Amino acid sequence: MTAKLSAIDLTLIRGESCLFQGLEFALNSGELLLLEGQNGSGKTSLMRAIAGMLSLETGEIFWNDLPVDRQRQEFHGSLVWLAHRTGLKGDLTLVENLRFEASLRAQSGVDRTAVYERLGISKLKTLPLRALSAGQQRRVALARMLLADVPLWLMDEPFTNLDREGRKLVMQLTEEHLAKGGMCVMAAHQDIEIDATVRRVSL
Amino acid sequence: MSHSNPQQPGIFAGLIAIARRDLLLAWKRPGDVLNPLFFFAMVCTLFPLAVGPSPEQLTFSGPGVLWVAALLATLLSLNSLFMSDHEDGSLDQLLVSPQPLPVLALGKTLAHWLISGLPLVLISPLLAMTYRMPSEIMGVLMLTLLLGTICLSLLGSIGAALTVGLHRGTALLSLLILPLAMPVLLLGANTVSLAAGNEVYATGIWALGAYAVAALSLAPYATAAALRISNE
Repeated sequence: MTAKLSAIDLTLIRGESCLFQGLEFALNSGELLLLEGQNGSGKTSLMRAIAGMLSLETGEIFWNDLPVDRQRQEFHGSLVWLAHRTGLKGDLTLVENLRFEASLRAQSGVDRTAVYERLGISKLKTLPLRALSAGQQRRVALARMLLADVPLWLMDEPFTNLDREGRKLVMQLTEEHLAKGGMCVMAAHQDIEIDATVRRVSL
Repeated sequence: MSHSNPQQPGIFAGLIAIARRDLLLAWKRPGDVLNPLFFFAMVCTLFPLAVGPSPEQLTFSGPGVLWVAALLATLLSLNSLFMSDHEDGSLDQLLVSPQPLPVLALGKTLAHWLISGLPLVLISPLLAMTYRMPSEIMGVLMLTLLLGTICLSLLGSIGAALTVGLHRGTALLSLLILPLAMPVLLLGANTVSLAAGNEVYATGIWALGAYAVAALSLAPYATAAALRISNE
């Protein structure tokens, strides 16, 4: 199964300023879309627009050549969004949080224990999330992404709060995901080195 | 590729999952849950102390006071319905989840009602005794409050969704909801009064039930639309 994410003629106006105009891109299985730009240039807004949370001035986004507006649920079932805020509940434990996320999605065959092990969070399972450091919470958010087992990853500044080892792990995970035929939209300040086709959008 | 999805969760999986999560959160933070209940109990017990112990006056004003207190207690608790989800980003995650948003909104409203509405219904007979209400009408009181709190939670979820991005949205929320909540208050309080006066009261209960059914079928869609708008 190959998938395709594309967009034509995207224009977004927030308040008085036009963040981008006539923007277009096409992304195939195994490719990474890198959103580049300074702070406030609209990287997060573009990502929210792709996720269908912002209404665009003009333009349309397509998933497998069908407008996403017409297949919102299928599209949302194929993507997972690693946002700036983790979207996890501080009062709940790691397991409780991830169990809730899992019950919203189709069952995935991913081995939980292996994922926890890989991200180095298997010892934190019984603690409420608020007791974890920002970097550890970030790793839990990464675990949610892996457990969802979907083709499209939207990653907004995935390296925030992570140590060097963590950043390396994110790159590895992304590389593996792309090698399996997944695709990834990433907003990042720094340039990244990855063994895959990288398409760029400069904002 | 391993991304084939063999088993999609059912339509109500999201409703159950989110209601269970919110109940679990409430269990871990009982203070937030008890606040509206305390408010309800306090207003209802202070009022007889202030107006004096005359039985006629108490029986006369009892239904009204109980109903106003229940309405205000519900309004008080509504502000937090989507607040914490908005702050920690889980509302964003719900908006991009593969579950239909109205179902998720209904799940959150259900949890809210179980946490803040149902306890009011359950303690209302106790508080009604301070107003010397005859025990025969306790059933009517509880039934109207049951239907009424369902209506209020559902209507309130629309207002809470509209004001979720605003700081100090409580006043605006009350302003938005009160016109819609007014029929509930009038029907509820008057039905109990009629029952207390040994008059025919069934119409009121049917009307409240109809209002609850209408709210149940329309409010989740309105709440979902409001969440999308206020989260842009």
